[in-house]
Parts: sequence; C-alpha cells; structure tokens
Amino acid sequence: MANAAAHPGHHDAHAHDHKPPFFSRWFLSTNHKDIGTLYLLFAFCAGIIGAFLSFGIRMEMEEPGLQYFANPGTYNVFVTGHGLIMVFFMVMPALIGGFGNWFVPLMIGAPDMAFPRMNNISFWLTVAGFLSLVCSLFVEGAPGASGAGTGWTVYPPLSTAGHPGPAVDFAIFALHLSGAGSILGAINFITTILNMRAPGMTLHKMPLFAWSMLVTAFLLLLSLPVLAGAITMLLTDRNFGTTFFDPAGGGDPVLYQHLFWFFGHPEVYIMILPAFGIVSHIISTFSRKPVFGYLAMAYAMVAIGVVGFVVWAHHMYTVGLSLQTQSYFVFATMVIAVPTGVKIFSWIATMWGGSIRFTAAMHWAVGFIFLFTVGGVTGVVLANSAVDKYLHDTYYVVAHFHYVLSLGAVFIIFAGVYYWFPKMTGHIIPEWAGKLHFWLAFIGANVLFFPMHFLGLAGMPRRYADYPEAFAGWHKVSTWGGHIFALGMVVFFIGVVLAFRSSRRAADNPWGEGATTLEWTLSSPPPFHQFETLPRIVDEPAH
Amino acid sequence: MTDRRNPARKATVTAVACAALAFGMIGLAFASVPLYDMFCKATGFDGTPRKGAALAAAATDDSMLVRFDTNVSSGLPWRFQAEAPQVTARLGETKTVFFKVRNTGTAPSTGIATFNVQPALMGAFFVKIECFCFNEQTLQPGETMDFPVVFYIDPAVRQDSNTAHLAEMTLSYTYFASKNGQPTAELATTGSTGKKSNF
Repeated sequence: MANAAAHPGHHDAHAHDHKPPFFSRWFLSTNHKDIGTLYLLFAFCAGIIGAFLSFGIRMEMEEPGLQYFANPGTYNVFVTGHGLIMVFFMVMPALIGGFGNWFVPLMIGAPDMAFPRMNNISFWLTVAGFLSLVCSLFVEGAPGASGAGTGWTVYPPLSTAGHPGPAVDFAIFALHLSGAGSILGAINFITTILNMRAPGMTLHKMPLFAWSMLVTAFLLLLSLPVLAGAITMLLTDRNFGTTFFDPAGGGDPVLYQHLFWFFGHPEVYIMILPAFGIVSHIISTFSRKPVFGYLAMAYAMVAIGVVGFVVWAHHMYTVGLSLQTQSYFVFATMVIAVPTGVKIFSWIATMWGGSIRFTAAMHWAVGFIFLFTVGGVTGVVLANSAVDKYLHDTYYVVAHFHYVLSLGAVFIIFAGVYYWFPKMTGHIIPEWAGKLHFWLAFIGANVLFFPMHFLGLAGMPRRYADYPEAFAGWHKVSTWGGHIFALGMVVFFIGVVLAFRSSRRAADNPWGEGATTLEWTLSSPPPFHQFETLPRIVDEPAH
Repeated sequence: MTDRRNPARKATVTAVACAALAFGMIGLAFASVPLYDMFCKATGFDGTPRKGAALAAAATDDSMLVRFDTNVSSGLPWRFQAEAPQVTARLGETKTVFFKVRNTGTAPSTGIATFNVQPALMGAFFVKIECFCFNEQTLQPGETMDFPVVFYIDPAVRQDSNTAHLAEMTLSYTYFASKNGQPTAELATTGSTGKKSNF
C-alpha cells in the first residue's frame, strides 16, 4: 500500500472552518463527518433498544416455563425486533453509514462524498424506517397480540395469513425505507470511490477499508432491490389479494425464501466486510507493518462478495432440494472459506514479526480474529446439508451467527470506536476502560453464546419462549454471560464520559508510525472541510 | 479535481449506472415469479407434478405405493376425501382415482385446489394427465362432486439416483376458499371433469 506523502495542506490556515448553526448543521447536514456522527449516534441508540429486547429474550430463557411473557407470541415479537434492529439499524448504520461516511472520503483524500445532499436523505430515510419499525411493535400483528412475531426473515404464510394486523406492514415499510436509504448510500459510496480519489491514488493503492466499502456498496446495490421486490410482493399478498406466495392462488411460499436469501446471504457479508476493512487497518497500525498481502486482501473481499451471491440456498436445505442441488450449495459455501482464510492468515502474518502494541483497539481486533474464526468453523459445519438438516433452526445456528455478527461485526464496531475516537472527537477514551470493556465483553459474549452450541446440538429449537427442563442449565449460564456483556457496556459509557470530561487532547496521529492512512495527516478532530487542496499520493520505495 | 475532465459529469454517469443496476435487480426480483413458475413446471422442482399426455411405453412390473392426502383450509366448510387412502401404481401404468368433495355448509361456496407431491423430488416423475386442480369449483349446500385424477409414474424414476430407492410417495391436495371467486348460482359448468351426484 502506498503511503500518503504527508502534505497536510494547511487546511485551516485561511479560517474557512466555520460551522453552520446547530439546526442546519445536524438536521440539514451535508457534511460527511457530521452525517457519519449522526449515523454512529443513531446506531448506538438503536443498539441500546435492540439490546434491551435481547435482554427480554435472555431473561425469559433463563428458566423453563413462561416468566415474563404471558403470550409466547410477544416473545417472538422481541426476537423479531431484536434481529431487525441489530441488522438494519445498528450494524449497518454503524459500519457503513457511520465509519464509512467518516473515513472513506478521508482515506481516499476527497473533500466530501460525491452527493452530500443524497447522503443526508439516506440518513433520514434510515431514521424514518426505524420509527416505522418501532410503530410496528405497538400495533396489532397476530390476532389479539401486538407486534410482528415473524422472525427477521418474515416468511409467509406466518407473515401473511398468520399476522392479519398492520404490524407486519409497518415492519415491511421499515425495510423499504431503510433499504432505499442504504441503496442511495451505496450509490454515493461507489460514485465517491470511483471518481473522487486523490490524484495518484489508484484502486490498487486505496486503503483496505475503502476497498471493503466499495465491495459492500456493490453487494447492497445488487441484493437490497431483491429484498425490496420480495417484501413488496408480500405487501400486495397481504393487502391487495395477490398470491405471489399463496398456494391458494398458485403461488409458492418457497419462492419467498429463495428471494429473501438471495438478499439475506449477501447481507451477512454486507455486515462483515466493512469490519474486515477496519480490522486490517488496526492490525497493521499496531503491528507497525503494512498489511500482509495487500492485493490478496482486497481481492479476497471481492471474491467473498461474488461467491456470496451464489450460495443462498444453504439457508434452506430443508425445503426439498435435490441431492445435486444440495451438493452444489455445500461446495459453493465451503469455497467461501478460502478467501476468508486468506484474510485470517494475512492478518496473522501482518502481526508476525511486527512490533505489536496491545492497545484497546488492538485487543478488540485480535479478539475479533479469534471469535470470527470460531464462527467461521461452525459455519463450515452448517454448510454440510446432511448435518444442517439436524441443526436447522436450532440454537447451534443462533450460536453460529452470533459468533460472526455479535462477536464479529459488533466487536469491530467497538474496535473502530477505540481506534478512531481520538480522530473523530479529539478526545481520548482511557486505555484501561477500553481494555476492561474488551475483557468483560470477550468473557461475557463467550459465556453467552458458546453454550448455545451445546443447546443446539441437544435439539433446542430457535424462537420458542419455553423449553424442557433438560436445557435449563446451559440457558442459565448463557443468561449470566449476557449480564457480563452488559456490564462491559457500562464500562464503555463510563470511558466515553471520562474522555469528554478529561482535558487531554488527542494528537493528530496518536498511534504513531504504524498509522499510515490519510486521515492521520489531518488534525484531530479533522477540520470541517478537508482536502481543499487535494493530497497527492506518491509511490514509496518498496517496503 | 484539477487533473480530471468534468468530474461532475463522471459522477452523474456513475450514479445513473448504479441506479439502473438497482432498478434492474428490482425487475429481476419480479421477473423471478414467472421464471420460477416455469422452472418448477419444467423440472418438477419443489414437488410440482408434471402435466402431460398418456405414456406410450408399456407399464413395467416395478411399482410404487401412492398415498393420498386431502386437506381443506379453514374457512371452507367442505369435506374432501379420496376414494381410497392409497393405491399401488405400476410404473408407467395409467391410474384413475376419484376424489369426493362435499359442501357441508349452509351456503354455496367456491374452492380451488392446489397440489403437490412428497417427496418433492418425485415431482419430476409424477405425470398428471387429467386433474381437477386449478379449476374453481362451486358447491351448493349439501352438494357432492366426484373428481377424477388420471396419472402415471414415469419409469424414469428408477434412473434418477435421488428417487431410485423410493417405494412410496404422497399426492397431496388442499382446497382453499377461492380468493376472487364469488359463489355463483350457476354451477358445475366448471367441472368438465366433474361428475355431479347428490346424496
């Protein structure tokens, strides 16, 4: 990777750094850093609501029998709300809208995103979608109960015949709105990255986070419209008498599953690819080495994105696919382990022989590599259709996707916060807080999710509010893990408060010589408008 | 932006191309509905039985047990039964089975039947020559109709490694209340295959 020839460009020398007044700055914002901040704040608020829903789930599952939910359907409303909020309104806004908006223009040396006003629309569409989802919790769904208890997959006929009330319609509108916001955001990222890189920054010199956002944006662009189409058909099935997925009129509910997972599988890479980009920068920074196998790292992400579109039916091995079809999907799914392995081993090779500093961000990044690999291994187990038929819709699957998402994507959201917080705010979160938060989260999340493998292997199905006595032990352990993880969140908020109260200010580049990307050439926090004189990227002599 | 020609135009072109891609994918999502339907009918995917003419080849000695499963969705006060719970069909042999439907309600009602076979992989080899499915039927209160289903099992079932070992299968029908069909006084014209009787 080429390094930025440090031309900070004396940006604020001519006092052009005036910020608009409060309302226009935050509500009519067209500044990529402000919109990124809004996205991050929004993601944290939504994440807290999503976390409270998961707390409801864990409290109920602590013991057999119904403790907190008189109606098990309401439990499923919590499960559904937790899933939709965490996927569409926490992970995606944080990684793509938040860090993407903040750091893609900085890293490629652009003054802003290509379409700043469209950027603003993207954000507010996401907020509107979230409000629609919150509304759905409080209107009738299934007969006599409020909220949509369909699971985040919204399969018919449960989401059509099973939920006559308007809750599912609100949930569908939530997905429409946030989907439209994400598609506009994706167009913005692609246009920015393809057209606005600083002179000299070819695609093959572009930082890996920008690469990850480019691949993610293409995945969004190709997969979200398919979801939009599928849920529109669901909407007309529900309200206008069409029978796309209704066998009574010659439709087929399995078609919905195909359409949903054609979106749903790329969606999981949409959530993890930006994390791959961030972890590469953190590992490289704190090993004081350029990332190992830069080009292989970039093209591994492209390969994951491409192959991610042809593996969707591994989510639906139980619908009656022929042996040949299953064999194909098993094989294609396992192929994804190859580029993913390239990335894992390249991160390890980056650390190898490096001058490693275990900062808070580095803790989270290394923890991510370990936990993501565990989730990847159970993914390879589940890829086998013969095994999957036993584990389908059990807690083993729940454990698997929480290892790659809750312990993968979420860990990297925190890693990104600890890594870039000094850059974004100019304040410094105390290292001890970041490390304590990490250890509480690492222990908590493992205690929370590892026993779910055992529960799943023993036959505990997903989406049930009650269970036989035999599963009680591990469920109790799992709930304790949830408490430990929550304690970690308290430490995080204390750390943030301490950072803002302290008089310590971050240097322009607090991480030293390992941090080579362009954002570290700017002040901390960066000026309101940066790179009015574009930085020039020059080739460095070989590393 | 000093060394680029007309960057605003370039950005617009990229954005328009991206938007076209997104709209193209929405189009594909909707196009998948007829395409999936064609695909299922052509390949028997997901338990979609084939529709065809009588088989020219002679029946073989090999046979399969065909079970019948009849269901009526809630909201339709009908009783629906096959004349026998199961038949043994030699591969390639044309079989006729009658299904009896009775309206036990107090008002005329209209239903439509859907069908599929299990295991779903048998869809490619289960060929229906004549069937009442996908024709709406209107029954008066207390009225009974008999509908024939004429089918054969393609002997090629033994050549496919997925199905070679199967000794039995199930043909399943479900009657749904018709979504758009209003019960009409004029009945039984629908049933070119329907044999009216009262009991």
